[in-house]
Amino acid sequence: MKNSVWLLWRPGRRLVIAVPYLWLAVFFALPFLILLRISVTDMGSGIDPFAPLVDSSTGAWRLRLEFDNYLSIFRDPAGSTGAGWGDTVYLDAYRTSLKYAFFTTLLCLLIGYPFAYFLARARPTVRPALLMLVMLPFWTSFLLRVYAWKGILADQGVLNQLLLSLGLIREPVVMLYTDVSMMVGMTYVYLPFMILPLYANLVKMDVRLLEAAHDLGASAWKAFWLVTVPLSRSGIVAGSMLVFIPCVGEFVVPSLLGGAENVMIGRVVWDEMFSANNWPRAASLSVVMIVLILVPLAFYYRAAGARKGA
Amino acid sequence: MNLALSPGDSYLRTERLVKRFYDVVAVDEVSLSIAKGEIFALLGSSGCGKSTLLRMLAGFEIPSSGAVVLDGVDIAALPPYERPINMMFQSYALFPHLTVWDNIAFGLKRQGMPKAQMQARVGEMLDLVQLAPLAKRKPHQLSGGQQQRVALARSLAKKPRLLLLDEPMAALDRKLRERTQFELVNIVEAVGVTCVMVTHDQEEAMTMATRIAVMNQGRVLQVGTPRQVYERPQSRFVADFIGNVNLFDGKITRSDAGRCEVTTSFGYFCADGAGMAIGSEVAVAVRPEKLHIAKEQPPVSQNLFWGTVSEIAYFGSYNTYIVEMPGGKTMKITEFDAVRHDGSPIGRGDKVFFWCDPSAPVVLSQ
Repeated sequence: MKNSVWLLWRPGRRLVIAVPYLWLAVFFALPFLILLRISVTDMGSGIDPFAPLVDSSTGAWRLRLEFDNYLSIFRDPAGSTGAGWGDTVYLDAYRTSLKYAFFTTLLCLLIGYPFAYFLARARPTVRPALLMLVMLPFWTSFLLRVYAWKGILADQGVLNQLLLSLGLIREPVVMLYTDVSMMVGMTYVYLPFMILPLYANLVKMDVRLLEAAHDLGASAWKAFWLVTVPLSRSGIVAGSMLVFIPCVGEFVVPSLLGGAENVMIGRVVWDEMFSANNWPRAASLSVVMIVLILVPLAFYYRAAGARKGA
Repeated sequence: MNLALSPGDSYLRTERLVKRFYDVVAVDEVSLSIAKGEIFALLGSSGCGKSTLLRMLAGFEIPSSGAVVLDGVDIAALPPYERPINMMFQSYALFPHLTVWDNIAFGLKRQGMPKAQMQARVGEMLDLVQLAPLAKRKPHQLSGGQQQRVALARSLAKKPRLLLLDEPMAALDRKLRERTQFELVNIVEAVGVTCVMVTHDQEEAMTMATRIAVMNQGRVLQVGTPRQVYERPQSRFVADFIGNVNLFDGKITRSDAGRCEVTTSFGYFCADGAGMAIGSEVAVAVRPEKLHIAKEQPPVSQNLFWGTVSEIAYFGSYNTYIVEMPGGKTMKITEFDAVRHDGSPIGRGDKVFFWCDPSAPVVLSQ
C-alpha cells in the first residue's frame, strides 16, 4: 500500500507524463487561446487584436468582447432580418467541407477495410512488405503527389489519353476541377490513415472466433458482419476520425484539384486571413470549425467510456 | 452403456479418412466407429493429427480422401455452418462483444428460431450450466471456469447431433480441472449427446471418455476403453504413452497353454499371451505399480528379480524406486503406503527383490 502511494508520487513518473501535457499546452492550448482572443475583436473599430480584453480607460471596468464575427458567420447582414439566418457563404463552406469530409471518409472506409483485412490475413512473413507499400507514398512530398494527380486527371492527361487510345471514349472526359478530382485526391491522400488503424485492429482478431461463428451456423458473409465488423469497431472509429477531422479543414487538395464552385472552409479561412486581412473573422471561422468537430467527438468518447464502465 | 460395438450401432463413422497438407500426411487412413451417446477421446501428443481429425469432423478442413458418415449421411463435403455438429473450442472462442446470453443465442438466431422459443432455450441452457445470474455479463467479466460453461452451453444450444470438444480443460488450472472434468461429463451425459474430444492429457482422456483412440503420426494405434488401453496396450508406443511403464526387449522362448516366456537380458518373464511364435522379437511392458518390492526373498518362483536401489522418490501417497539390475538395466517400481510410517524401510543402495504376477507383464509384438 505504502509502496504504491510512493510510486504514484515518484517524480520521474510525473515528469514523463508532464512532457506530453507541456507539448499540448504550448502547441495546442496556448495558440487556441490566442485564436479565441483574436476572434472576439472587431476589425472595423480599428482596435489592436492583441489589446487587453479588459478596458478601464473610462474608469469603469468593461469587457470588450465583440461577437460580430460569430454573428456574421450565421447571418448574412445584407439579407433582410430573419431570412438572412443560416444563409451565408461561410455556412455554405462548412456544409461543403463536412460533405466532402464525410464522403472521403466513407470512400476511404470502403476501400481501406478490404485492404486492411487482406493485409491482416496475409502470411506474417509478407505483412511487413505489404505495410511498407501502404506507407510508401509518404516518402514523396505530399504536394508533389497531389500535383501528380493533375497530370493524370487533366483533359489531356494520362487517364484520358489512355481511355482515348483504348477507344473507350471519343473525347476527353472532364475530371480535373470537379467533384471527381476532389474525391480522388482526398481519398488518395487520406487512405493510409484509414488502413493503418484498421490493420492494427484486424490483425489482433482471433480467427477462431470466425470458426466459432461458422460452427454455429453463420455463413462467411454473416460471420463477417456479426463478428469481424463489430470487433473492429474501434479501428473503424479511429480510422474515420483520422480521415474525417483533417478532411474538414483540408486546404491543399481542394486548392489544387477542386472546382471553383465548391469552396471549402479551409479556403475561406485562407481568404479571410490573407486576402481580406480580416484576422478576427478568420479566427472565429476556425473556432467554429473546431467546435464543429469536437462536439461529436466528445459525445462519442463519453458514450464509449460509459459503455466500458458498465 | 453398451461398449461392445456391433457395426449396426455405429453413429459416427470415419472411413479411411486422409488429410494431406502439401506433402505432409496429417491424418493417415483413419477409420473410426463411434456409438450414439459415447464420449470418445482422441489422445495423442501435439502434431499427431488429432486436431486435424477433429477439424475435419467440424468441417474446417476438407478431407483429402475418405468419408465422414454421421447417422448414415456422408457429411464430408458440407461446410461447417450446414453440419448438425457444434464444437467447444480450445480456450472457448467466445464472442467478446456479446453478452453470455447473446453468445448462447448466436447459433439459435442463425437458424431463425422464433423469439419466444429462443428465450426458453437459452434459459434452459443457462440453467443447465448454472449461469443464469450472469446472463448479462460479457465474457471478459467471467472466470475461466465460467467461460468454459458458457462455451459448453453455446455448443449445446442448437441440440447438435455431435458435440466436439477441443482440449476442453487446457485453459483451466489443475485444481479446477479435476472438478470440471466430472461436471462436464455429467452435463454431456444428461443431454445425451454423442461427443468426440481431443486431448493431449491422458488423465483427462481416462477420466472423461468411454473410449479412447490413441494417435501417433496421423494414425490411430489403438482404440479401447480406458482400462483396455491402459492394461492391454497393443504397441510399445501406446504402452509408453499412457502412464508409466518399464519396457524391455526380449525374445519368446516358450509358448504353451495361454502362457509364454520372454527372455530378456536380465532374466525371463512369464506372461499371459497365446499364439506367440517361438523366437520372435518382442517387448515386455510392466507397469511400475504391478511390481512388489521387498528386502527379503518372497516365496514366489515366477517373475522374481533382484537388484540394488539407486533412487527413491517420495510422492506422499506413494514411493517410487529405481532399481538397478545386474547387467545395468533399471526397473521402476511404485509402492503405495497403506500405513503411516516415518522413513521407508528400504534405503538407497539396499539389495531388494521384486516380483509380479504373470498377468502383469504385457507382451508386445510391435
